[in-house]
Amino acid sequence: MNPKLAKLPPRGVAGNILASDTGAATHIASAPFGHALVRAAENNPRIVGLTADLGKYTDIHLFAEKFPERFFQMGMAEQSLIGCAAGMARAGLIPFATTYCVFATRRAYDFIAIGVALGRANVKIIAGLPGLTTGYGGTHQGIEDLALMCSVPNLTVIDPCDATEIEQAIQAIADYDGPVYMRLLRGQVPVVLDPEHYQFEIGKAKMLTEGGDVAIISTGLMTGRALDAAKALDAEGIRASVLHLSTLKPFDRETVEALIGRVPAVVTAENHMQHGGLASAVADLAVDSGLKIRLRRVGIPDCFCDSGSLPYLVDRYSMGATHIAQAAREALH
Amino acid sequence: MNAQSEAISSATQEIRLKETARALRRHVLEMAEIVGQGYVGQGLGISDLLAVLYFREMRYDPKNPSWQDRDRFILSTGHYAIGLYAALAEAGIIPLHEIGTYGTDGSRLEMAAPETTPGVEITGGSLGHGLPQSVGMAIGLRYQGRPSRIFNLLSDGECQEGATWEAAMAGAHYKLGNLYAFIDCNNQQADGPPAAIMNIEPLDKKWEAFGWHTQRIDGNDVAAILGALAAARKVEDRPHAIVLDTLMGKGVATFEQREKNHFIRVGAEEWSVARQQLEERAL
Repeated sequence: MNPKLAKLPPRGVAGNILASDTGAATHIASAPFGHALVRAAENNPRIVGLTADLGKYTDIHLFAEKFPERFFQMGMAEQSLIGCAAGMARAGLIPFATTYCVFATRRAYDFIAIGVALGRANVKIIAGLPGLTTGYGGTHQGIEDLALMCSVPNLTVIDPCDATEIEQAIQAIADYDGPVYMRLLRGQVPVVLDPEHYQFEIGKAKMLTEGGDVAIISTGLMTGRALDAAKALDAEGIRASVLHLSTLKPFDRETVEALIGRVPAVVTAENHMQHGGLASAVADLAVDSGLKIRLRRVGIPDCFCDSGSLPYLVDRYSMGATHIAQAAREALH
Repeated sequence: MNAQSEAISSATQEIRLKETARALRRHVLEMAEIVGQGYVGQGLGISDLLAVLYFREMRYDPKNPSWQDRDRFILSTGHYAIGLYAALAEAGIIPLHEIGTYGTDGSRLEMAAPETTPGVEITGGSLGHGLPQSVGMAIGLRYQGRPSRIFNLLSDGECQEGATWEAAMAGAHYKLGNLYAFIDCNNQQADGPPAAIMNIEPLDKKWEAFGWHTQRIDGNDVAAILGALAAARKVEDRPHAIVLDTLMGKGVATFEQREKNHFIRVGAEEWSVARQQLEERAL
């Protein structure tokens, strides 16, 4: 062994690209998307599945095993993946196409915009590795996909929180007639929301906790951290509302406006760049509505992120519950 | 229509299709004259194929353009819309008088065909979309047990788009015998001839190497197009590539002879000459 390396302090490692970020979750579910798609497909023969060489990495392999005649492997060819899905939709099917966020949105943007969205083709794009859910570095971290997808007319854009919401959302988007881009959490996925009490609806933000001091508006997996932050703040006597906004587009202006009109200290938390996604939508709304708010953004700054272990990356880019709580304190002062 | 056609001799059928192609060219000239410029060269060049497809080969219902079992014509090269509108009008899918609105503000007949217009299956024009969507349709229709076939028109320049070859792989992988790709080689793209811009030949060998049943013919020869389709129908387990060598401006001597341009500008005084030359051309 190289003696110089041996002297270094212990470090985290980037780990396998498949590693899931379950953090300190006490409840987890396995492959919620794959199981939910199988259930939806059992009742609807129009549902078909496609992937671009990422079947087992996006949990759609469960669908492929159950319905091999309804599954179409497209190889490493994302333009073809999205274009074919658009053609299938025009032939009357409901295609679910999976790849990673970075490949769907960077490589196949024109195919999503023109092939899918312009004519409202009934395609569901399910995209893995959103934001910092892989330590693989800038090539695989989808940090600007929401900005790109929210810019496309006609497209519905969803960033689900957990296994509960993924299961509910898959049925909802299968029933919805129109194009959808949805971020995917795959593998072992935390259960944050109680399926007995939470009900996903396209385009509806959901208030998870109510408090009058600070408004935390979060999307995607950041909602789990926002709830942890709210607990920590509560112990300090700061009452936080947590509004979970999983549909970025269409944006639930009414609910957000009501909240930030009532609680002007606002924190946004998103597993995405701080610009072009949730924070920008909230800022736009505040300006349009003439609401004076004090906004703190938790999200990735204007940079490509490093490779590394997920806890290291969450800390390095200030994306954890403690960072949300700190942003809330700053918004209050 | 097909049963009737089969009852008459092939020679008579060819003459009728050539007459139909001339009718399409008349419509193309009428539309081009309205805007005074445009993709008249492409429209004239592809009229023979469109005459054969819409008046011999394809199954569709003009009164119900969204009939689910129809054969589908997928225009990848959106700027060839002028040719497609001529065929749609002649076939009765859009009213004949509507071609008088081509390219004007508020018209359904935009210079690049939008999918909201009856008979237009996809919004083409951003090149490289047609074949991926055609592959998806061919898979989807076959999965549903429908007899429909897909006829995709793409261009020589469009073969520079990588997505075309991604989809070519998929078409062969899924053995899509219900898929036909026509590659219009008019030897002209926006900046000049493909050989000078980015060489894509030999196209027939490339499609063959990608696993497609491939033929290369004179795309302005109605008999050759009929023969290629007849040969293609016999091959059921591979998609079909028919590479068409065509002449831009075909049928109008002055447009055939002028220095080739992707986007032709035509003087106001030239249209009556063009119409006359079209009528004088022997079938």
